[in-house]
Amino acid sequence: MSTGTLSRQEPTIVEYDVRTDEMLVNMGPQHPSTHGVLRLVLRTDGEVISEVTPHLGYLHRCAEKIGENVTPIQFIPYTDRMDYLAGMNMNLAYSLAVEKLCGMKIPEKAQVIRVIIAELNRIASHLVGMGAYGLDLGTFSPFLYAFREREMILDLFEEVCGARLTYSYITIGGVHDDLPPGWIERCQKFLDYFKPRIPEYHTLLTTNHIFVQRTANVGVLSKETALSYGCTGPVLRGSLDRRKGDPAWDLRKIEPYCGYETYDFRAVIPPFDDWDVGNRPWEPPPGTVIGDAWHRFMVRMLEVVESIKIIEQALKRYPNAQGAHRIEPPKHLPAGEAYQETEAPRGQMGFYIVGRPTKDAVPLRVRARSSCFCNLSVANEICRGCLIADIPAIVGSLDFVMGEVDR
Amino acid sequence: MGWLEGRFEENVITTTIEQAINWARESSMWPMTFGLACCAIEMMATGASRYDIDRFGAGAFRATPRQADLMIVAGTVNFKMASRVRRLYNQMPDPKFVIAMGACTCGGGPYYKYGYNVVKGVDLIVPVDVYVPGCPPRPEALLEGLMRIQDKVRGMKALTKGQPIDMPIPSRTGYVLLPPELSDPDPQKAVEKQNEFARRTKELATPAKA
Amino acid sequence: MSPAEIIATLEKKFGDRIKAKRLDVPDAYVVIEPGDLLEVCRFLRDEPGLRFEILNCITGVDYLEPDPKKAPKAGFEPHLEVVYHLSSFTYPGQRFCLKLMLPRWKDNQPGQLPEVPSVASLWRTADWHEREVYDLCGIYFTGHPDLRRILLADDWEGHPLRKDYEFPLEYHGIRGR
Repeated sequence: MSTGTLSRQEPTIVEYDVRTDEMLVNMGPQHPSTHGVLRLVLRTDGEVISEVTPHLGYLHRCAEKIGENVTPIQFIPYTDRMDYLAGMNMNLAYSLAVEKLCGMKIPEKAQVIRVIIAELNRIASHLVGMGAYGLDLGTFSPFLYAFREREMILDLFEEVCGARLTYSYITIGGVHDDLPPGWIERCQKFLDYFKPRIPEYHTLLTTNHIFVQRTANVGVLSKETALSYGCTGPVLRGSLDRRKGDPAWDLRKIEPYCGYETYDFRAVIPPFDDWDVGNRPWEPPPGTVIGDAWHRFMVRMLEVVESIKIIEQALKRYPNAQGAHRIEPPKHLPAGEAYQETEAPRGQMGFYIVGRPTKDAVPLRVRARSSCFCNLSVANEICRGCLIADIPAIVGSLDFVMGEVDR
Repeated sequence: MGWLEGRFEENVITTTIEQAINWARESSMWPMTFGLACCAIEMMATGASRYDIDRFGAGAFRATPRQADLMIVAGTVNFKMASRVRRLYNQMPDPKFVIAMGACTCGGGPYYKYGYNVVKGVDLIVPVDVYVPGCPPRPEALLEGLMRIQDKVRGMKALTKGQPIDMPIPSRTGYVLLPPELSDPDPQKAVEKQNEFARRTKELATPAKA
Repeated sequence: MSPAEIIATLEKKFGDRIKAKRLDVPDAYVVIEPGDLLEVCRFLRDEPGLRFEILNCITGVDYLEPDPKKAPKAGFEPHLEVVYHLSSFTYPGQRFCLKLMLPRWKDNQPGQLPEVPSVASLWRTADWHEREVYDLCGIYFTGHPDLRRILLADDWEGHPLRKDYEFPLEYHGIRGR
């Protein structure tokens, strides 16, 4: 049971009258609910958090230094290992940055394959996010169900590229190989299997009374704070309000790439009153406010539905798509620089690449603008005033991957 | 177990106490929840629905090292994390086992050449029993590694011979004994020697002109 | 506003304090002096019509060719660049890029980090990004609330994304290669 954010003016709250000892609590780097190797140092007054200091760098793997020593194609596998839950989206982000620098035009067929694969990986990533969030809050079964479906997506990925987790499939100039014969049917079969499962997840987690009690009105993030900290992706979208006229902030909509502008889908922002979530009439659970942990979680769940829509349209387009699945990239990078952002499952993933003036094959500098890095920096702001027991609920709802934070 | 039940009369099984204890120990390996990087996701997949590490008695993931028998080092260890890994290892009760999962923990993996911050193999920090290569290894590979640990437990002679466990091979420690061409009692001279060595290695490493 | 219009607005306001501009590249940018940074950034954030509320990224780039044989043909003088990528929330799709040129070392004395004013008071994103640039590229941000290393250990030596960085052979008893 949470108390949400406490305020001194609240007359019903007496904790501030009773002064308890201030203490420092260390969480991590080895802690089951910190999603990897994040270390949080909590300054607490009794059970109430007064300050959170995240310490990063326990998974710093020098990706940017590697990027300026190897050619772009050699760097593709390292982008997999940044956000290891959504390797395809990372491949896509880096490929698009290099293609922007080289001024390449990608054939339609490659673009359709990219959209299918990237959206499938978004589903897989959000499934892990959902399962792991359940684990953080102390329920084990959603994890098992989520991984059951995720393994099917991984089977599809294994067919196209042979790897389960680190794919390197989307590469500069297109995708590495064409889709194998019969893959489209199998993918459609999976979607038909998967769609009826989504209402089950809502019963299991989203509208579960205990889950709602743990996440409603916890870690409320206002729109202004989110923008100032550069939060993107579901973390920002969970704080927007359609009724107040906020734009549907999704890069696939506002700065389309890979032909996303030709697909029919919606960017998910609260309130969710007109989304079909399987059990109508739909009302948000009592106690939830826009910007809390529950809304961030719900944005992810609904993005899965939208991704299915996009994949189904792309699967229909694939047989008639023109062109090759890959074109040959130029041997040398041109001089100059390019910055490209894409909508990865966890927010806007940007790559900044600088080519050498001598037209070398190796770039001068590669910079990864990590979405989780910015999303995590807001932790101190939204954890202040919560109870220690709410920390897993808040930190889990930010859904970061430490490999991407530390790079 | 339907086909087993009621097949035997009331019997006595004789075994050695060594074997009985080893059997109990190998069938209830409790790993520590210790995910570092990408391999942790495959470790989670091993514990989840399809691969189900519970079949081998190793599904009870413990959040604290003090209750764990097995440390699966899943993911890249870097210099900032190294001391923590060592401390976690020291906190585990004996007998303890370590699986190095993935190329990074086996020897640096893809970060070997330019990873200024990456430990080139977790065996520089803690002794490793089983290496599971792959980037990341498939869940089947991790299960195979677990079975090799179980083989090792089966061969333990802690009770009768009094020797706990053989030191794993190779048994490297985390501390470097510098070779004579790099060490000197005078720190100033040692630094000079090391700089000279670094320069020479760099020269050797530059590729020859075609 | 198109990038050309943004640059025109900036030139109208700041005149010759805009040192250079490029429009014919994928991302148009202007170059300014470090001293003018705070003023220009506040203008970009608050001016109606610009409204760059989001600071996407701060990057430090080290322009140096460590190989003395290749250095004359590298095509650039040794220097550092700090690149700020901005985007607007009020006007979706509007992006811009700011650049600062710095010497590699302050007063050309190796070891003295060059200084840039911090923009953490304008965008909170800059807090961690500037710490990262300080950590990896070795640029000192004056006025930053809490400038310490963020990714590497506190006792680390050197700034790894400098091109002349030497990889450590040993760290706390663990060999580095």
